Amino acid sequence: MCKSIITAFLLTISIPFFTLAHGQQEIFEFGTPEQEAIYQTMIKELRCLVCQNQNLADSNAGLAQDLRRKTHEMVVEGKSQGEIAKYMVDRYGEFVLYRPTVSKSTFILWFSPFILLALLIFLSYHFIRKARRRDELFGTPSDEYDEDQLVRVKSLMQDKE
Amino acid sequence: MNRFLAPLGIFATMVVLLAVGLTLNPREIPSPFIGKPAPEFSLAELDEKAAPITPEAFRGEVWIMNVWASWCVACQQEHPLLMEMADRNLIKLVGLNYKDKRNDAKKWLQRHGDPYGHIAFDESGDVGIDYGVYGVPETFVIDQDGIVQLKHIGPLTPDDLRDTILPLILTLTGGQS
Repeated sequence: MCKSIITAFLLTISIPFFTLAHGQQEIFEFGTPEQEAIYQTMIKELRCLVCQNQNLADSNAGLAQDLRRKTHEMVVEGKSQGEIAKYMVDRYGEFVLYRPTVSKSTFILWFSPFILLALLIFLSYHFIRKARRRDELFGTPSDEYDEDQLVRVKSLMQDKE
Repeated sequence: MNRFLAPLGIFATMVVLLAVGLTLNPREIPSPFIGKPAPEFSLAELDEKAAPITPEAFRGEVWIMNVWASWCVACQQEHPLLMEMADRNLIKLVGLNYKDKRNDAKKWLQRHGDPYGHIAFDESGDVGIDYGVYGVPETFVIDQDGIVQLKHIGPLTPDDLRDTILPLILTLTGGQS
């Protein structure tokens, strides 16, 4: 019993090592550490279009390998991050970027959370104000009926008419 | 009554949004090429016989570039349709043999038939990258001026052909084909 628990435990903690071995990728050489840094940033920022929720760094799909090779080529040629991003967007569209640029088509994507937040603040402000005004008129709601309140309500209703 | 209306409205809106979301295909990414010139390339023919293929050579006619590979299972699915288009001589069909091996591709064509007038051999997949190919098969319709008019992702179905591709070709050619 104790042995099997230990075995299970050891197997469980070794899972990360298996996946690490699986995720091993081609080895590229770079002229400078800066180039390597650009490469590492770019493959994290670019989406693999075959396995859409992975970036190029995580994906082992054939296309991801090709795009990593292409990224490496461009980095070694001395291209900047912006130039590499533009190259990819020209071919695969904004979708290839995990953080697409702000434009007409991505406006909703970028700003809808803020618009929703503003709308909610506006609505809750109105709701609270309405509730407060009701309380001012009738007092805070209580379980007991109050003869005075009823009289006041009646007079108010008559005023309106 | 009013207090139920607001949550009900929100609920209804969400149902509609989610329902629309379910019918969308996340694989279909809008191509940035529509209305833009088809990228240039120069690739050897699959059979190595003729001169290299360039899109420039097809200027003046409407043509279809079909990206395929012998390792691509979905390509077999659309293949009979391409064969039929070739038999009826509907349009110029150019194949882009994507990340394939020459012999595998040739064997595949022997087995399934060859609908293509020309086949460009893109072993490295670099031309595929220039055309933003991310899944085979893909089909591009390119007009007389070398402008990409349509990109279809995934295997062509008879419905796609009848409802989208053929009408587009007819409009582009002005009815003569």
